[in-house]
Amino acid sequence: MTRWIWGGAALIALVAISLSIGAASLWTSDLGSGWLIAVSRFPRTAAAILAGGGLALAGVVVQQAVQNRFVEPGLSGTPEAAMLGLLVITLWAPGAALWIKMAVAALAAMAGTALFLKLAAHVPRSDPMLLPLVGLIYAGILGAVVVWIAWSVDLMQYLGVWQMGEFSGVVQGRYELLWGIAVLAALLYTLADRITILGLGADAARSLGLDYGQTVALGLAVVAAITALVVVTVGALPFVGLVVPNIISRLCGDNLRRNLPVVAVCGGGAVLAADIVGRLVRFPYEVPAATIFAIAGAAVFLWLLHAAPKAGNG
Amino acid sequence: MIEIDDVSLRVRDTGILHGIAAQVPRDGITALIGPNGAGKSSLLHLCAGLTTPSAGRIVLDGEDVHRMAHRDRARRIAVLTQAQALTSRLTVKDLVSFGRWPHHQGRPRDEDRQIVEEALRLFDLLGLAPRQVETLSGGQKARAFTAMAWAQSTPWLFLDEPLAALDPRFARDLMAQLHVMSRPGPEARGVLIVVHDLNAAALWADHVLALKDGGVFAAGPAAEVMTPPRLSTLFDTGFGVVETKRGRLVYPE
Repeated sequence: MTRWIWGGAALIALVAISLSIGAASLWTSDLGSGWLIAVSRFPRTAAAILAGGGLALAGVVVQQAVQNRFVEPGLSGTPEAAMLGLLVITLWAPGAALWIKMAVAALAAMAGTALFLKLAAHVPRSDPMLLPLVGLIYAGILGAVVVWIAWSVDLMQYLGVWQMGEFSGVVQGRYELLWGIAVLAALLYTLADRITILGLGADAARSLGLDYGQTVALGLAVVAAITALVVVTVGALPFVGLVVPNIISRLCGDNLRRNLPVVAVCGGGAVLAADIVGRLVRFPYEVPAATIFAIAGAAVFLWLLHAAPKAGNG
Repeated sequence: MIEIDDVSLRVRDTGILHGIAAQVPRDGITALIGPNGAGKSSLLHLCAGLTTPSAGRIVLDGEDVHRMAHRDRARRIAVLTQAQALTSRLTVKDLVSFGRWPHHQGRPRDEDRQIVEEALRLFDLLGLAPRQVETLSGGQKARAFTAMAWAQSTPWLFLDEPLAALDPRFARDLMAQLHVMSRPGPEARGVLIVVHDLNAAALWADHVLALKDGGVFAAGPAAEVMTPPRLSTLFDTGFGVVETKRGRLVYPE
């Protein structure tokens, strides 16, 4: 219980900080503080929490589906596949509505992740580090295809926005799609037991009466939709889905009925913290949240590897 | 009763099982024995509906196993597979509780909680209940997974080498427990078990289904199948026999 109180207090503090800092001062600006909060600060804060929470949840689902803790959407080609879908729809129908682009990105992300799962089935499980490496290479290949297409049709600028997750461009009217993540998170919570059971392995899941293929497909659809939403609105944020679920798993285990809310809140808090740090280190200039998170996340990941050499399969 | 009706299994280009026809009675323990690679685990997986046969069908209590609804099947058959690698961090109690999932699908009732407690008690896991499964020894882990299958309270229980990691005391306790629950009667549960310990089979099994090279080598009451000449042919090595007060023991010569 005390853990909840501390966690809640930390999140409230982060929100308060995020709402109060920025290039324009909340108190001396002639823009009006209410207007500033409504149009810029609140959307930015909400976007960071939604994106972070969603990606952390997506990480849990991928990890349970492939039974490997060292995998996350960024290591399964999901964002790259979403970008590929975005490129294709941007070329084919440049004027398409945002929700159509979003849907195409989500479908492409789903196909890309499904292909990764097919690959994963052939990767030996003896060494848990093998699968993330395969995922890294797979994501690299997809990413290279994306860059090649973007380069040859002169869309590299778009690509830069999608690849580097940051929140400086988030204002009212340009991030609301992210609230879809809240809906997906609620859906995921109704599947919590099923996803925990996925983590027991295909045979155990089937013998407990789960339609294994259907459950994996459903989880995958949620992961793809969350990733596509994040890529389209704020850009890719690697490591979130890796670091946050691993820390929560160490602290409170993997029973997702109990843990999913914790994972979501911590993911949101972590990305918000990264965004705040990014806004402060070179004030009034900004460092993208993805960069900050990648630095911190890489350090935490190395620590996880060091602290738990066998945790991936043990 | 399980009727295995001319079942074959091919994995890619390799034939694993060819034209298996056999019956597994509902009461009593049926032991699946045979040399390594004979197809015992494959047959057990097929009977549990975890894999689909290339040809033939498996009828359990009058219904095709591969046509049952997933949840329906999970309320009739509980399986303990050999691979018990758990990547998730779950407590023993959480793991065993998932055995009740086919019955409550996320909304456990008092009855479900009682059965979980009973399973923990029966497999001597009460003291280990709050521990993470990954911190257990191999034998403790095996008991936790067996307790989960037991908690599923299904008319059929399939166990793939459940004795492999157990010490003699727990191995005996498990077999005695299976023996009790499979006695004829309205509550009888069918037990199909893959064993390599021939003496466990000789002491506890009521029926034996012996597989060799993907086919049925012999099937029938344990005393008829487990004779030295038959075992010698089955395993391609000589077998001796000792008659004891408890029953017949066999050993490779």
